[in-house]
Amino acid sequence: MPGFFKSSIGRKVAMALSAFFLMFFLLQHLAINILSVFSPETFNEVSHFMGTNPVVQFALQPVLIFAVVFHFVMGFILELKNSKANGVSYAKNNGAANSTWFSRNMIYSGITILAFIVLHFIDFWFPEINTKFIQGDWSGMLDGVDGFRYHEELKHKFVNPIRVGAYVIAFVFLGLHLAHGFTSAFQSMGGTVGRKKAAQNIGKAYSIIIPAGFIFIALYHHFNH
Amino acid sequence: MNLTLKIWRQKDSNSKGQMVDYKVTEISEHMSFLEMMDVLNEQLVNAGEEPVAFDHDCREGICGMCSMYINGEAHGPDRGVTTCQLHMRMFKDGDTITIEPFRAAAFPVIKDLVVDRSAFDRIQHSGGYISVNTSGNTQDANSIPIAKQAADQAMDAATCIGCGACVATCKNSSAMLFVGAKVSQYALLPQGQVEAADRVKNMVAQMDLEGFGNCTNTGACEVECPKGISLDNIARMNRELMKASI
Repeated sequence: MPGFFKSSIGRKVAMALSAFFLMFFLLQHLAINILSVFSPETFNEVSHFMGTNPVVQFALQPVLIFAVVFHFVMGFILELKNSKANGVSYAKNNGAANSTWFSRNMIYSGITILAFIVLHFIDFWFPEINTKFIQGDWSGMLDGVDGFRYHEELKHKFVNPIRVGAYVIAFVFLGLHLAHGFTSAFQSMGGTVGRKKAAQNIGKAYSIIIPAGFIFIALYHHFNH
Repeated sequence: MNLTLKIWRQKDSNSKGQMVDYKVTEISEHMSFLEMMDVLNEQLVNAGEEPVAFDHDCREGICGMCSMYINGEAHGPDRGVTTCQLHMRMFKDGDTITIEPFRAAAFPVIKDLVVDRSAFDRIQHSGGYISVNTSGNTQDANSIPIAKQAADQAMDAATCIGCGACVATCKNSSAMLFVGAKVSQYALLPQGQVEAADRVKNMVAQMDLEGFGNCTNTGACEVECPKGISLDNIARMNRELMKASI
């Protein structure tokens, strides 16, 4: 089995496995964040649970970080190997005749998402880690805020229109990445289900609903602060 | 019709190549693309110039030798055809046509439009076969019951002519459609089961060794394949390798 993950197909499978995990993560992330629009109290409760539950913090969070880092590092490694396999470039190459733009440019949508994750970590994750693990404050409270602080902090982040714009652009690229990645992951795992019309439609719906949901949340808080 | 051709000229594998412009006149729309190339070469020979080297053999779409990248697509703009089956009616009078060799590090240019596709042969040698005793007591293949669907899928996979269009068109120069087809044509049949695990392991290992890229499932290979080999064969190869590795 170790030899399997050294092969080109094994690496594809590893990429697909991390992609499935990340796609599930996105779904639950959206499900929680959308609560900030419809029920700030519930959002605060769920955020506090996720932010303080030991299973989430000490088991799932490290797995998530590993999956994110692995997906990017392996993506870059495969891209470099593929560039090496190409040799001389064509003088004329009509890629649009046989494949979609987003399927050919996963590396660029991926780099945009990576840049977004850096921004997102600076905005939310690093301050959260600082509060809990460095300052040791696990209360979820903030001076001057009634109840938990999470909803107030979220709203505050989306005041700046430049940040909101950056988030919207990143989510559009996330949608393009998912538009190919969803069905591609099934194919890499050896499944033909990704080629069925129903699965392709689910993939399209997923790649629209997830980014559209996050864009809606960012815009909602920007215009309702 | 009168055409301008932009053709990759390269003296040999060690030389640096370049695109060179040529004019051809009075090309019939009924000609095949290779016949148009023959007209050009006759013109070049008559002018005392070196003709353009290009691969061709059967000229009926079954040998897989013709390997040109025409106007940015393997085997040109038509679908389900090799270059020899591509007709000049696909082009218009006054067109400029760009003609390049199949590009991939694993397919080095030998001369002009001729590339070395022996990497495919080595992949086949590594496992693309079944071992059968042919000493006179070979069992009649027709006596082995095979489900119609499996037989049809195996036959579809076996129609791969190894032309290399999948590699040429892939943004990663991946050979997985070719190897997937060669793995599948045996994996689907009872005769292929005995050596199935070793076959897929060895063929994938050889594919990686030859320096082909990784498949990212763009599907371009399936679109450009002159024999319509399905991406399902890549998925089957992935399953076969997982099964063989566990």
